[in-house]
Amino acid sequence: MSIEIQDVHKSFGSLEVVKGVTMTVEKGEVVSVIGGSGSGKSTLLMCINGLEPINSGRILVDGTDVHARGTDLNKLRRKIGIVFQQWNAFPHLTVLENVMLAPRKVLGKSKAEAEAIAVEKLSHVGLAEKLNVYPSRLSGGQQQRMAIARALAMSPDYMLFDEVTSALDPQLVGEVLDTMRLLSAEGMTMICVTHEIAFAREVSNRVAFFHKGRIHEIGPPAQVIGNPQQPETVAFLKSVL
Amino acid sequence: MFSSLFETTFSLNDLWFMLKGAGVTLALTGWAVLGGTLLGVAFGVVRAVAPWWVNAPLGAVLDVFRSIPLLIQLVLANSFKTIVGIHWSPFTVGCVVLALYMSAYCTEIVRSGFLAVPATTRRAARSLGLSYRQDLTEIVFPIALRVALPSWIGLTLGVMKDTAMVWWIGVVELLRSSQVIVTRIQEPLFVLSIAGLIYFLMSFPIARLGARLEKRWREND
Repeated sequence: MSIEIQDVHKSFGSLEVVKGVTMTVEKGEVVSVIGGSGSGKSTLLMCINGLEPINSGRILVDGTDVHARGTDLNKLRRKIGIVFQQWNAFPHLTVLENVMLAPRKVLGKSKAEAEAIAVEKLSHVGLAEKLNVYPSRLSGGQQQRMAIARALAMSPDYMLFDEVTSALDPQLVGEVLDTMRLLSAEGMTMICVTHEIAFAREVSNRVAFFHKGRIHEIGPPAQVIGNPQQPETVAFLKSVL
Repeated sequence: MFSSLFETTFSLNDLWFMLKGAGVTLALTGWAVLGGTLLGVAFGVVRAVAPWWVNAPLGAVLDVFRSIPLLIQLVLANSFKTIVGIHWSPFTVGCVVLALYMSAYCTEIVRSGFLAVPATTRRAARSLGLSYRQDLTEIVFPIALRVALPSWIGLTLGVMKDTAMVWWIGVVELLRSSQVIVTRIQEPLFVLSIAGLIYFLMSFPIARLGARLEKRWREND
């Protein structure tokens, strides 16, 4: 049970953004990915659940080749939750309906079952009071927690977080990070692309430093953040800390 | 019946005659809006997702319908029908031309509604495991509908008034029936005021319905 990324290359037109990345994330692990803008971190996450095709290499999720012909991506995505920088609430649905949608339509749950799941997940992220309001009435932090609940409602084995606090007002960052801490404490396997270095240091088993489409350094936070070896890592940490 | 030919005042019979005309106007509007909307949704979705080599010719054909005055389209279609020997009543010709005319405008409304749904929202839907089709039915169409509705209501009201032009190919709808009465009683202001009132009474509920839906949806924004 793992996500294996093997020598993945990804280009947009002539611009190569991921240049041969190899790493494995074991079940139960929390890996934070840090690095400057445009270093290919977010793109790699999109490749993991097949939202973006890759140019070469392989990504295996529990042994299934994500980009192989014949892979049922809709099925595979059930076990990979992803939360984006922009929370992407479905504006025409209430908070409860946002979370119920995928269990109903993708997993074929009954309305009552889906509602029970949604209520549980929303309570888990602290939104039990907001079930019947529309997302536009929520703060950014609340919308982002709703997006996390929406992903959790599919009972994924893996959660991918793509800079989920970057678009939030500073005072709202804490509540979202708390939710992520909770998940990691429960043993969720997570890959977090993040600029929150303190958070990465605290919750991660390993930290990967991305620079210009490559992993320059990967290891326990005490090593990568506490005692970086590469000059690029040192420069990056200096710029954000 | 013939005695009414010599009447020179507005009678209940005249009102009834105008109401029958209004019924024809409503029927024309109903068919045109139904056909125009179905075609418009189909073409609009194609315009939003199809590659350029489908999009460009479709866009060009629809541009023709948008660029030529409706009156000319009606007269041409009516003559063309006779030339190729299709036995359609003027009413049917009117419905078909109005439907095509409406579809040309509706296509652009649907297309822009479709494209107004952020790619990131659709991506989030797909990331949850929703299929392309579920993404369309559960996410794109409901959001696009909210975006497109005000323009669609405006278009529908416009088409209702444009039905007056089918008079030129011999359909007796509200305006034509009013004209018949005007010719007889020589009271154009009075008769046309009644016609205007009837048009208003037919349009008003549609406008109100649209405003109500818009208000309800806006409360969620």
